[in-house]
Amino acid sequence: MAKSKSAYSVPGKIGKIERHIIVVWVDNEAGVLARIAGLFSGRGYNIESLAVAEVDKKKHISRITIVTEGTPQVIEQINLQLKKLVPVHKVADFKRGEKDILFRELAMFKILGNTKKIEKVKKICKKFNPVILDKTNKSVVIQVTALRAEIDKLALDLKSLGLISTSRTGAVAMTKGSKIFS
Amino acid sequence: MPKLLSGAEIVFKALEDQKVEYIFGYPGGAVLPIYDELKNHKSIKHILARHEQGAGHSAEGYARSSGKPGVLLVTSGPGATNAVTALTDAYMDSIPLVCISGQVPTHLIGTDAFQECDTTGITRPCTKHNWLVKDVNDLSKVLHLAFEVATTGRPGPVLVDIPKDIQFKKGKYKFFKNTLRKKLNGKATHKISNSELDKFIDLIKKSSKPIFYTGGGVINSGPEASKYLRELVSLTGFPITSTLQGLGAYPGDDPQFLGMLGMHGTYEANNAMHDCDLMINIGARFDDRITGKVDEFSPGSKKIHVDIDPSSIGKNIKVDLAIISDVTELLKSLIKRFKEKNKNFLNSNKQKTSKWWEQIGKWREKKSLNFINSDKIIKPQHAVQRLYELTKNQDTFITTEVGQHQMWAAQHYKFNKPNRWMTSGGLGTMGYGLPAAIGVQIANPGKLVVDIAGEASVLMTMQEMSTAVQYRLPIKIFILNNEYMGMVRQWQELLHEKNYSESYTAALPDFVKLAESYGCVGIRAKTPGELDDKIKEMISIDRPVIFDCVVDKAENCFPMIPSGKPHNQMILGPEEEEEISDEGKILV
Repeated sequence: MAKSKSAYSVPGKIGKIERHIIVVWVDNEAGVLARIAGLFSGRGYNIESLAVAEVDKKKHISRITIVTEGTPQVIEQINLQLKKLVPVHKVADFKRGEKDILFRELAMFKILGNTKKIEKVKKICKKFNPVILDKTNKSVVIQVTALRAEIDKLALDLKSLGLISTSRTGAVAMTKGSKIFS
Repeated sequence: MPKLLSGAEIVFKALEDQKVEYIFGYPGGAVLPIYDELKNHKSIKHILARHEQGAGHSAEGYARSSGKPGVLLVTSGPGATNAVTALTDAYMDSIPLVCISGQVPTHLIGTDAFQECDTTGITRPCTKHNWLVKDVNDLSKVLHLAFEVATTGRPGPVLVDIPKDIQFKKGKYKFFKNTLRKKLNGKATHKISNSELDKFIDLIKKSSKPIFYTGGGVINSGPEASKYLRELVSLTGFPITSTLQGLGAYPGDDPQFLGMLGMHGTYEANNAMHDCDLMINIGARFDDRITGKVDEFSPGSKKIHVDIDPSSIGKNIKVDLAIISDVTELLKSLIKRFKEKNKNFLNSNKQKTSKWWEQIGKWREKKSLNFINSDKIIKPQHAVQRLYELTKNQDTFITTEVGQHQMWAAQHYKFNKPNRWMTSGGLGTMGYGLPAAIGVQIANPGKLVVDIAGEASVLMTMQEMSTAVQYRLPIKIFILNNEYMGMVRQWQELLHEKNYSESYTAALPDFVKLAESYGCVGIRAKTPGELDDKIKEMISIDRPVIFDCVVDKAENCFPMIPSGKPHNQMILGPEEEEEISDEGKILV
């Protein structure tokens, strides 16, 4: 469609897209994930990955880690909109690549192959804390923890070595040193 | 051991403790235990609507004209889904509503039971928060929290879904106050600092082309906010314009008031917004009908934005000074500080803004709200002007539907007090005005309540006339009848080569006879000559009236910022209509 000249509903200048990791502490109650996910879909924001689990059994607080992409304005809106939700306690926001934040994803790979092939697999996975979770004479389930791009590459490399199934988590994040998220 | 109450009793106990006087609703299977309990609570009056959407808009009208939250009671399934339009409307216009819905018994949830729907799922995006209560012992806490969420921070609708078995079950009741761990929307967490106020005052002092741009936040903050706004505007001598929702916060007939701004705003208001060097936004949200193309919106100005909702700030327009605050609190401390340090500002600053006022005077000379009147046919603008002239000496409440008549009402009816103007701005809900008028009349017995309507809109919720008659609510439905969906027709004329696709209603009821069949009074005016007498007759009747005002079918609403034009180039009248680019036509 031709470029619009209208005074109405014309998209403004689009800022640079950044990838952010947003950590949200919420009451672990029914529907809370739907509220978060609905906020993202309803306002047209992206969720690249999502990791949720209760971290405080007593107070029933869940920690949600969301990887998202957007312009600085959109990221700011995401933060502010999240804070308005009633079950949300706090929100922390980090730009991907910030130095004092740790990120990890976990993946499980199931690989079919003989011992020789499996040895090769172990070697490729060596840098990523591999753990053999299950082993038979023709298959292996291997767990790795790494960054998203590393797991992407690993999955690609393992394809030719008999990878038949992949299961991955979203990213989780934590600050380095003695500081905690605030 | 406290006495155990049934869920239904708890509902009413909570409503009593929240000092609720009216609930708007419609019964059904899944709320019968609550309806059964109604008879035991004489302080609460139930208003039976004819459709849940009508009940919802009535609750909105009640809330907007009284400053109290509106309460809505509906059944499960269709009862809840019918209420969705009203909830969304309240969400968009920041109206506090508490909707209580029945739900199928807990053991049937998820089985596609009769009149079951996922009410909390459906209403999640159109409420501030909602709850499905699965334990009767949570009920009192949830209900009080619901009122708190609806009324604090930026107000809005909430919904409490109560399964039928919970309404029967016995549980403990407790009155919870201020249960929120944190105040919503930053309202209480933020204390206005002197340095913020000084920055604010500094910007005021430096500017030579200032403008106040105020919105519904001033109304929502309460009548105090309007008083302070008037004081600040007169202290500074600056011009002021208002959004659709802010009308009435500042007197519409005051010389400092430039009229409404935006798509159908006045020439002077829009040009002043475009050319100003300081924009002071108080309680407005830079909506797309105001800003137009954001990249070219008021390019040379410093902008101050006062809003209670942090997410409103920087959402559409970047600002230079943002203050997250309730309008009353901000204005109170700002005025105090301003007065301390700037004695006689008005006179000493007159010189500085004199050129600006001169320029505004030039824009005003365009008389952008003028229209060519007729002595043969009633012009809709003329009808609104006459209605205003004949009602301005009494405390009048105006609601509207959505479309041309709504804009003409906003342009030609001058409001002097807050909470007198109830219109669906954000969602733009046709059919809002009639049920809203019912709620307004209930909150303001003895006052004149007029719904300025279009014939297409009003037919969407016409059934509520029956409610008005039942409760003897003398609302006046003033229909500007042009047989078209006027705003649709206007856009088709300007943007779609006059292809009036489906915007003409080829069969309309006879509104006078319709009025009679509802048991109210019908009046028709066909010529300008009889208009005044008929309006006077309408006002004098102490019963609901449907007024069929037969107006010019072809009249368009001007001024208008057309699609395809920058914000400071308005079409002022039919003589200026011109071709709109193909690109412009695709836009809304």
